[in-house]
Amino acid sequence: MSRPQKYLEIGSSPHISSGASVEVIMRNVFIALLPVCVFSIYAFGLAAALVLATATLTCVVTEHALCRMANKATTIGDWSVAITGLLYGLTLPPDLPLWMVAVGGIFAVAVGKFMFGGLGCNAFNPALVGRAFLQAAFPQAMTHWYLPFADNRFADLPGSILAFPFAQPVYDAVTAATPLARMKFEAVQAGNPELLWGLTSGSAGETCFALICAGGIYLIARNMMNWRIPVSIMLTVALISWVFMQVDPTVYPRPAFMLFAGGLALGAVFMATDMVASPITNAGCWIYGILIGSLVVVIRLWGGMPEGVMYAILLANGVSPHIDNLVRPRVFGTGKGAG
Amino acid sequence: MLNLVAKDSFRHGIHPPEMKDDTNHLAIRRFPFAPQLIVPLSQHLGKPAVPLVRAGQEVTRGQTIAEPDGFMSVAMHAPASGVVKKIELSPGIAGNMVESVFIEPYPASSQEVDDGVSCELESATPDEIITAIQRAGIVGLGGAAFPTHVKLKAPQGKSLDTLIINGVECEPYLTTDHRVMLEQTADIFSGIRYLLKATGAREVIVAVEANKPDAARKLRNSCPEDLPLSVRVCPVKYPQGAEKMVIRSLLDREIPSGGLPADVGAICVNVATTAEIGRLLPLGRGIQERVITIGGPGIERKGNYRIPIGTTVRFALQECGASDAVSRVFLGGPMMGPSVSNLDIPITKGTSGITAFTDAQMAEATGHKTIYPCIHCARCVEACPLFLNPSQLGILAKKEEYERMRDEFHLMDCFECGACSYVCPSHIPLVQYFRLSKKMIRKMSAAQ
Repeated sequence: MSRPQKYLEIGSSPHISSGASVEVIMRNVFIALLPVCVFSIYAFGLAAALVLATATLTCVVTEHALCRMANKATTIGDWSVAITGLLYGLTLPPDLPLWMVAVGGIFAVAVGKFMFGGLGCNAFNPALVGRAFLQAAFPQAMTHWYLPFADNRFADLPGSILAFPFAQPVYDAVTAATPLARMKFEAVQAGNPELLWGLTSGSAGETCFALICAGGIYLIARNMMNWRIPVSIMLTVALISWVFMQVDPTVYPRPAFMLFAGGLALGAVFMATDMVASPITNAGCWIYGILIGSLVVVIRLWGGMPEGVMYAILLANGVSPHIDNLVRPRVFGTGKGAG
Repeated sequence: MLNLVAKDSFRHGIHPPEMKDDTNHLAIRRFPFAPQLIVPLSQHLGKPAVPLVRAGQEVTRGQTIAEPDGFMSVAMHAPASGVVKKIELSPGIAGNMVESVFIEPYPASSQEVDDGVSCELESATPDEIITAIQRAGIVGLGGAAFPTHVKLKAPQGKSLDTLIINGVECEPYLTTDHRVMLEQTADIFSGIRYLLKATGAREVIVAVEANKPDAARKLRNSCPEDLPLSVRVCPVKYPQGAEKMVIRSLLDREIPSGGLPADVGAICVNVATTAEIGRLLPLGRGIQERVITIGGPGIERKGNYRIPIGTTVRFALQECGASDAVSRVFLGGPMMGPSVSNLDIPITKGTSGITAFTDAQMAEATGHKTIYPCIHCARCVEACPLFLNPSQLGILAKKEEYERMRDEFHLMDCFECGACSYVCPSHIPLVQYFRLSKKMIRKMSAAQ
């Protein structure tokens, strides 16, 4: 300090930070999803790899292009759109024509995310917005399920996947109904082990309950996910379906089946927990989870479709700001705690 | 159920790196006199003191140079024997100009302190003690600089049963209270006796965080048997040193929103303030120096120093061998300390430390600085010790909805501890938003 100070930097306190960042959170979600993706490719072969890659790429490219069009700095560097793309791909049937994957991806990012104002502003989970769009636009293709662990899955592609845009896809591969569809339309319940380890057919990333939960536990352990959301969803589903099983076990499936089958795990762990579209308070998260769980059971048991996780989450996303408004935490020194 | 979990602590809060090992073993050393000392007449919350000296006048160290202006004000004392050069406006930490007494110490002076009229513990009445504390210029040395004597007077109809001596010192880097507890233990007990007599409290609790076990041990072992005192060790957590938090940790009582510690029968005094009361009152002296920690990675000779009030930050940094590359300096610790924009501002009674960083070191401590939109991760909600919703407040601040922030989301309760900004993964400067919003609200209410 012998020489006079050239300049001083001024900043507002606190001058130190925890080192947490959006990128780190997103990167960890990516790590948590990795085993699910690897399993998906292992189970469904080349088709799943192509669907996942197309979904992720379309989403990233769409966001980059939209940022360019809006004359803003690109926001793909925060990893969030890559996560959206990957999650979106995991919810799709593994033999969905790639052009449909791309259309849904563009819709997910443009309408689900960018139109609301980008990162932090989306009212609904963008990945599910994209999937809901496809479900409405291409109901047939979206309920066509590729057989898992087909012998030639790493060598051949199902004919449908490379279908020409806007042409009717030709299905040549062997197909298999999902466990939920078989329950709904044939009243056959799959066993626990095959659901737990993902031996059934279904969306690219939803089949293996164990790996999805492992990813969730990883994120919870790193304090990057509110455990109350998946736990409350699963508890609600288990509890309601248990009550109905007591009423009539020949009509209503067992709670374990409801938990392990379909997109419940993927939805509860990776979709409903989208921070932006879920409540911010812990009490709000319980309400939100219970709401999703109840809707899932209602749609699955009495709705026209075998699966209802997507719509349940989208509906709950819509009310989550209201939940936050409704349950405000008691401020220190007010209410019963004061004095 | 949650109350059981939070035993001896408050809910929420954060765990920043403590960074105290560089200085917590270093004994307090005396700081040399700077060639010029700048003593602001307003170093406390409340009205500025009224100067009793004129330019050109000689002063002796410890002499009262300004007297309190009303109850919400305290006296000022000469930090050194010398001559008053001028009384002029001088910049303060907030960038505002404060009327200040410029004193040039005599280099050859013995710097003996001028003793005043002693305030004897046995003979003084509570009111006399309160007046003596005001005359000694004593304010909260923890950083808030609230006049201590004002706290001691319980508002009409309230009684104080518990005296809390706050030795928590939860700010990273600061070790002054730690050293004072080790080195001025007797002064602390003496100060406690004065405070007990002045307030009529029946019980004393000294709060120490678990990272200062030696201080807790020293206080326990040397406590006189007739003092109704207990030492409580709280788990380390920021911002436990805040009045609201330490009272919640020790007594499980919540100060009502907008209320005072007296509303829950408690009074909270910083441990260094207590030591100064115990040291100064018997001698009839006033505060003309204080203990501060000069630290941070940009400082070569880190340490705890007893430094004359009015020493400039520039002189302090020079004496401690601050590196040439130092570019970020703040008064106090890194969580709440304001940035210094001018090295010629003086150290005042409320300054608990100087922490200095170079550019590279600051970048390391803050990480990268890209600000993202709020992703509703709820970390700030989990961190806020007052259970506010910083995420929502931040969004409202951007929309300039100040009334809603105040009326619906309790903005005015926020004491700017910085926990929300510290944990934010989007690096949103939430506390800065809240400071500005509070300013706007005060402006609006003043205009009405």
